[in-house]
Amino acid sequence: MKMKWLRRYLFFAVMVLGLGALILLRPTMGRKAWDVTLYSLKEMLLVIPPIFVLLGLLDVWVPREKMIRFMGEGSGLRGILLAYFLGAAAAGPLYAAFPIVGVFMRKGVSFRNILIFVGAWSTLKIPMFLFELSSMGMRFALTRLLLDIPGILLMSLALLAILPAAEVQALYAKAEETNE
Amino acid sequence: MSFTYIFYAIAAILLVVSAIKDRQKTKRALLKAWKAFENILPQFLSIIVLAGILLAFLNPQLISQIIGRQSGWLGVTGAALVGSVTLIPGFIAFPLAALLLQNGAGTSQIGAFISSLMMVGVVTLPVEIRFLGRKVALFRNLLAFVFSFLVALVIGIVYA
Repeated sequence: MKMKWLRRYLFFAVMVLGLGALILLRPTMGRKAWDVTLYSLKEMLLVIPPIFVLLGLLDVWVPREKMIRFMGEGSGLRGILLAYFLGAAAAGPLYAAFPIVGVFMRKGVSFRNILIFVGAWSTLKIPMFLFELSSMGMRFALTRLLLDIPGILLMSLALLAILPAAEVQALYAKAEETNE
Repeated sequence: MSFTYIFYAIAAILLVVSAIKDRQKTKRALLKAWKAFENILPQFLSIIVLAGILLAFLNPQLISQIIGRQSGWLGVTGAALVGSVTLIPGFIAFPLAALLLQNGAGTSQIGAFISSLMMVGVVTLPVEIRFLGRKVALFRNLLAFVFSFLVALVIGIVYA
């Protein structure tokens, strides 16, 4: 048990040692790295709790059949739009989206919609768009938005096309296994 | 940031509704939430520290030189690469991008930088592989990387 814990946090420990070394050897850079790390840590601790609570509630309350109907195979345009919306309405860094993918798989959300969800989360987040609008200007933000919306769908379809169905099934089986 | 508070409000309301309807289920939901979080925590923490270290090696003057207006596709490539390997919180990223523009970076290059920054994640790849598998994760990032060149191209045309 203890060994397992140690192994899980080993890489993190190495990173912290690296950060410590940087602070000692290159104080200016180390200071900057420390500031950014602290900022990101605060961001994570602030943004992530409600996401995981919602994830837990979704897992417990929304039955698989309902999720399949809304976002599964054959959910059609409604499923696609819902995937876009859920991704865009999200808050938090991209890496927070991946644990949600695991729950989506167990709930029978189609792989296409999962890919759209991840794409929308990565670059269509509404708060980010508003922020981009104010710091980069209308022309820049709108150009990117208009490219991203079809781009996400096309990239998702391309990924789907190159991935054999058996591999998708294997991913879903793996998500099922990790369910506790 | 205000969106975060909306999320807190939604989560709190749903949690209360859930608790009124079924205490046992609510407990299970919270336990699942905690397990999912604890499960991924080591990787989250590693990402955060690694991203902090990587970002310390970048300074705006240097980046602006590499991805200046005259840097062309080489600059776009550089910008896309920098965007891919860095993980910058959104509320730092856009002010940084605006600062880079002021320091002489080209608009196309910044387009590639922003696009790859948001859509490509080299640092977060291990987490992505865990949930999406190696093949999907690699191809998704590769496609997103190529996509950032398209963004650069179109932004270049729009701003020409």
